[in-house]
Amino acid sequence: MPASPSYRTDALIADDIDAYLELHRRKSLLRFITCGSVDDGKSTLIGRLLYDSKMIFDDQLAVLEADSRRNGTQGGGIDFALLVDGLAAEREQGITIDVAYRFFATEKRKFIVADTPGHEQYTRNMVTGASTADLAVILIDARKGVLTQTRRHSYLAHLLGIRNLVLAVNKMDLIGYDRHAYDAIVADYAAFAASIGIESFVPMPISGLAGDNIATRSANMLWYDGPCLIEHLETVPLDVVSEQAMPFRMPVQMVKRPDPNFRGFSGLIAAGSVRPGDRVRVLPSGRETRVSRIVTFDGDLPLAVAGQSVTLTLADEVDCSRGDVLAAASAPPQTADQFEATIVWMSDEPMLPGRSYLLKLAAQTVSAQIQAPKYQVNVNTMAEMPARTLELNAIGVANLFTDRPLVFEPYVESRTLGGFILIDKISNATVAAGLLHFALRRASNVHWQALEVDRAAHAALKNQQPRVLWFTGLSGAGKSTIANLVEKKLHAAGRHTFLLDGDNIRHGLCRDLGFTDADRVENIRRVGEVARLMADAGLIVLTAFISPFRAERRMVRELMAPGEFVEIHVDTPLAEAERRDVKGLYAKARRGELHNFTGIDSPYEPPERAEITVDTSGMTAEEAAEMIVARLFA
Amino acid sequence: MSVQAVRVEPSPVSLSHLQRLEADSIHIMQEVMAEAERPVMLYSVGKDSAVMLHLARKAFHPAPPPFPLLHVDTTWKFQEMYRMRDRMAAESGMELLVHRNPDAMARGINPFDHGALHTDLWKTEGLKQALDLHGFDAAFGGARRDEEKSRAKERIFSFRSANHRWDPKTQRPELWRLYNARKNKGESVRVFPLSNWTELDIWQYIQLESIPIVPLYFAAPRLTVERDGMLLMVDDERFRLLPDEVPVERSIRFRTLGCYPLTGAVESTAATLPEVIQEMLLTTTSERQGRAIDKDATASMEKKKQEGYF
Repeated sequence: MPASPSYRTDALIADDIDAYLELHRRKSLLRFITCGSVDDGKSTLIGRLLYDSKMIFDDQLAVLEADSRRNGTQGGGIDFALLVDGLAAEREQGITIDVAYRFFATEKRKFIVADTPGHEQYTRNMVTGASTADLAVILIDARKGVLTQTRRHSYLAHLLGIRNLVLAVNKMDLIGYDRHAYDAIVADYAAFAASIGIESFVPMPISGLAGDNIATRSANMLWYDGPCLIEHLETVPLDVVSEQAMPFRMPVQMVKRPDPNFRGFSGLIAAGSVRPGDRVRVLPSGRETRVSRIVTFDGDLPLAVAGQSVTLTLADEVDCSRGDVLAAASAPPQTADQFEATIVWMSDEPMLPGRSYLLKLAAQTVSAQIQAPKYQVNVNTMAEMPARTLELNAIGVANLFTDRPLVFEPYVESRTLGGFILIDKISNATVAAGLLHFALRRASNVHWQALEVDRAAHAALKNQQPRVLWFTGLSGAGKSTIANLVEKKLHAAGRHTFLLDGDNIRHGLCRDLGFTDADRVENIRRVGEVARLMADAGLIVLTAFISPFRAERRMVRELMAPGEFVEIHVDTPLAEAERRDVKGLYAKARRGELHNFTGIDSPYEPPERAEITVDTSGMTAEEAAEMIVARLFA
Repeated sequence: MSVQAVRVEPSPVSLSHLQRLEADSIHIMQEVMAEAERPVMLYSVGKDSAVMLHLARKAFHPAPPPFPLLHVDTTWKFQEMYRMRDRMAAESGMELLVHRNPDAMARGINPFDHGALHTDLWKTEGLKQALDLHGFDAAFGGARRDEEKSRAKERIFSFRSANHRWDPKTQRPELWRLYNARKNKGESVRVFPLSNWTELDIWQYIQLESIPIVPLYFAAPRLTVERDGMLLMVDDERFRLLPDEVPVERSIRFRTLGCYPLTGAVESTAATLPEVIQEMLLTTTSERQGRAIDKDATASMEKKKQEGYF
């Protein structure tokens, strides 16, 4: 292995540590991502960067040498790739299963490298790594040229808003440092890059294994007159600097009230700069005021810029809480509740259009429903394909609706105010990442109509409190029978009621829906909305739907006023429901003539805390109805 | 007549890597405060804890950090560490909770007789006990990703099951600066605000911000014995000398601090921060080399973490 100069001057450290520290105090920070598979020499390149910058110590090197002899692929030589394969499970399988972060520094900059693996989990991991990167190094094996995965990596880096791309044509040593082969690869890539809207990229011929054009320009390729990799990484302009030139934005993370005389708003400045006296607007409320002070532990500041965490005090007592955004009054961001967005699905459970997910954007957390995708993007060909849902690692474009307005900017203008995650309300897992494109015009034009005869007025005239009695349970459990009896009793008592029955609804309102998970979710969403309108009209609504998923029942519950939604679990064991089989459906499902049948090949998630549970093996339908009426209307 | 103020746009302010790391760490701490019900800061009294505490004071200024400090004590820390711990708790205005595993105490578990069991019972079990006892649902820790290979893949918000186990395969993706802090019943989260700091960053920040650290990090003449290739400091009368061992005064310092009978010192004359950093930069061994815990097996840290070690 040729000797490679280190990126730091040991002489200066030894001779004048104070001068060295002064130099290092002013280093800037660049975050980048390396894209490529094991075959492209990605781990070797990262290992090389760490090794050359002396981030590897002797004891680690000793382990590495032992590991290289045991598991290495370099015939006893040092296998740099082993340096960055973190978890024992991965080392045994020879794959990297996740995003890992590596660190090294030169005289000018500190670097954080997101290292993502190249196998099938790639999209999820690469999107994660790219979300915080200023720059992407796209690795190509010089022997193979531009491959499908090169296109995929480039598309994802571009999608995530990385403007600085390096095309590192690796393993030049294996093709005899051939300039023509290199030029052909670069021309090939340039044509592709232009086709997906990549405006510029920096190509360079390298060898991670041999160290060519990594820390110094290679003597083996005098025909190349561009920068070596480190040189480029040290000088490329930082996003955090260009962000300072944009209008001021600070999402409020927390409000500090240590005593009655102090009210400060804390957050990390996402864009622009701020000074005491600047006019700012509080969004979404739209109130304007001025910044009084920029408060920090180290004293008040005259100026703060993008990338700093600060606490601002304001001149007026304006309403402002976590999730609000403080913005330049002259150029505030928009507010909307309907969007088009790119969604990257990251969960084993596919996306369910219509299901309500939590959406977190900056410090705002709201409920959001995603519509069925307009299309899915094939990340290898960039072709748009029709899709009804999105599965793990799929990328699609869809509309989404939030239950409250979001302060936002298109992702291409702001990663902070345009990038979001989706969280499953039951499992609490992060299931997707999203990039906002724009607000749908409908959102700003369709306002809630303020009605003068409101729901309280409707209910008062009927002299009753609106309720939604939501019967849930297996097919054949007795939901419709019991709901019918309850309605008869209420009607006889002079109550204004309405029964929505699963089978009847599917003949009309929901006749376009089938029985896939996605369609079941949409079915319940529609029923929930209708039930809400009826409750607004002052009615006692009864519904009888299998409604197998907790998430949807919870979604409907959240539509209603507190206390209005009453979940009634008609609890009949599967064996008993199947024995009754009133409609002959279980027999059909067992014969395989009916698919997605709840209890047979589609799950039923029983309620965890139903207001009322009816055990049909212990009472008749009549007794159950009496019990429900007694519990609710006594 | 009015004079229109013309604002001259300044040339961009260049934030240093330390300023950006600081801002991101503060952001993380404020997110935890906003989303967790009962956070706590694990305070081990080492240099990383010192930086973490300092960042917390910055994050919640002008008030003191709104959570307690938790020291999971093994009773075998260096005396100077106990002094520093009490001083910093007082200075920061934070409540200090000290937990000592009563089981380990009753059984007289110590580093001389019990080897790995000592760490397991006092630290790993002790930590679980303390978190359960107080019902903490989020615990800040000072671990860094550059310390050890399995740390490089751990999230900043790292979830633990109800029995405190870490499952590296079900980690949540962390995009942008968006942290999903929502927990399932019984789960807790360990949060590592120093994830992206390196050892050099820590030292430089300590120097820049004049953060107090335990004097053991600086070289001084101290009583030592050499055992199994490690230099151990005879910190108090409980140190058990082997029959032919005689403590010798050497100029030593420590790169990491833990239980004194398990923490190896290095011979050094570096008595100031710049000298310590100089030595760190010119040294050829990593800082964990001084810890007996990592030498068990290649993947020992990963295994310990899965079992609940911080």
